[in-house]
Amino acid sequence: MEEKLDYIKLASNKSKGKRPYFHDDPAVERVLNITMALAGELAVARERMDSIERLLEKKNIVTREEIENFVPETPEQEEQRQTWHSEYISRVLRIVQQEMEEMENPDKSLEEIANDINEM
Amino acid sequence: MAKNLTPVWNKIAKHAMLPETTHDERARYNFLSNLNKHLAHVAQGNKTAYENRVEPNFKKEHNRSIETKEELQNAISSDSHYQIWSSLRRSTMEMRQQAGRSIVLRQAEELRDKAEKLNKGKSTLVLNPDVKVPEYLMAVDNHIMPGSYHTELIQGDVTPAANYDSGIFVTTAGTIGRYSDGGGKAITTWVRQNYPDFKPKRILDIGCGMGHNVLPIAKAFPDAEIIAIDTGAPMLRYGHARAVDLGYNNVTFMQMDAAKTIFEDESFDWIQSTMFFHETGGKSIYKIMNEVHRLLKPGGLTLHIEQPQYTDDMSLFEKFMRDWDALNNSEPYWSKMHDIDPAELMESSGFRREDFMQIGAKAENDLIEGGNDENEPEDYGRAPIWNVFGAVKN
Ligand SMILES: C[S@@+](CC[C@H](N)C(=O)[O-])C[C@H]1O[C@@H](n2cnc3c(N)ncnc32)[C@H](O)[C@@H]1O
Repeated sequence: MEEKLDYIKLASNKSKGKRPYFHDDPAVERVLNITMALAGELAVARERMDSIERLLEKKNIVTREEIENFVPETPEQEEQRQTWHSEYISRVLRIVQQEMEEMENPDKSLEEIANDINEM
Repeated sequence: MAKNLTPVWNKIAKHAMLPETTHDERARYNFLSNLNKHLAHVAQGNKTAYENRVEPNFKKEHNRSIETKEELQNAISSDSHYQIWSSLRRSTMEMRQQAGRSIVLRQAEELRDKAEKLNKGKSTLVLNPDVKVPEYLMAVDNHIMPGSYHTELIQGDVTPAANYDSGIFVTTAGTIGRYSDGGGKAITTWVRQNYPDFKPKRILDIGCGMGHNVLPIAKAFPDAEIIAIDTGAPMLRYGHARAVDLGYNNVTFMQMDAAKTIFEDESFDWIQSTMFFHETGGKSIYKIMNEVHRLLKPGGLTLHIEQPQYTDDMSLFEKFMRDWDALNNSEPYWSKMHDIDPAELMESSGFRREDFMQIGAKAENDLIEGGNDENEPEDYGRAPIWNVFGAVKN
């Protein structure tokens, strides 16, 4: 068996070239990116809820109270829930990871790369 | 539909190589294609901002109009609407990559195994590990796709292509069809209409990627031998497996650099490329076109689908907006390529000026929801509208 990929971290990698920032203060950019990721995740949760509600309605098998009182029942369930949180946070804080990658590995600007490429 | 909604992601064409997706992963893609469409509307504010404050402010300060792209870039960069649109668009593109990679990387081994099973023993997949990835591809991750087309995170990796396949439907918000093959279909129809007697026996697609745009050609000319080349092994493994699963057997996928192929002189009737040249480099583009000329039979046809051409009557503002992706979505050669006249490029490779042709093409779409409403604003760099240039070799 080869070692499994650290897919959570890899999925949020930055691409080559310095990242462009558009706001006067890069902090604004950072917060905006985190906020947009959160906006996305809220939409994802909303879509899932929509599926669940429609299925419950259709089959009429689970009550609201049962959902309200549910806690994980097995170690696997616990692990699945925590994995979800881990992936979730990595996704939302993508820009912070990428800024660290840039710090560790300072990159050329796209302008410089464009000029390099023009000679290739 | 009045709201002109984007198609849900699960409308994408299914095949054995398409990565498995969870409910949330599909929902994330749905959010992103809606966001893409939304931002095409937000982009309209850039024109308003430019006309109402950026340009007037510049005039007040300098007593003249904005004259160069650099001046425009400087002036608009401090405009708050341009800033928020740009940062939202960049962010959306990064989220699209993150979403796609988180789907495919968690199942990298499974995808690799599926590809291996479909590809096993097939002579129509020819990989060559000695082929070097061109240095211009090593210099950047085009459209901010980390690792580009060639990086292999595991042996036999296909994840770059699986990411590309599942995500292009999101980036284009479904406007190029369920198989993302609207470009290949459009060019096939055009060739059949304009050259009804053309019976190509051997066709070459250069920079085929995962092969989605060469398959409509293969379908239209089932008796032709079709060769699709790319330097990225992951693209070829995935593209070949996808084609096999979709029932194609007349396309051979080969790992090869389009600038130095192993084919004989005058051995192809048709040489095609789709969204390829803007991801090459300033010197390679000439080498590749020379190779196209060398490989084409006399009387053979070559066509290249590209981003819309700049025209003289295009405003400085529109050119600037069309170039946004170059530096901000890591497509650095996209704007540099505008300095080259396609007619001159082809002429320098031996084609005759009078044989040069240039046509417009619009994606053929098999999705009702994917149709771009006349009233929808054009999303520069995403719109399913292209420029095609080419020539018949005489
Ligand atoms: C933007 S993709 C286009 C893929 C496909 N033709 C399509 O219709 O979308 C560009 C592809 O060209 C490949 N490529 C770039 N330079 C190449 C070269 N010199 N020889 C072969 N393939 C090349 C890349 O690996 C990448 O897969």
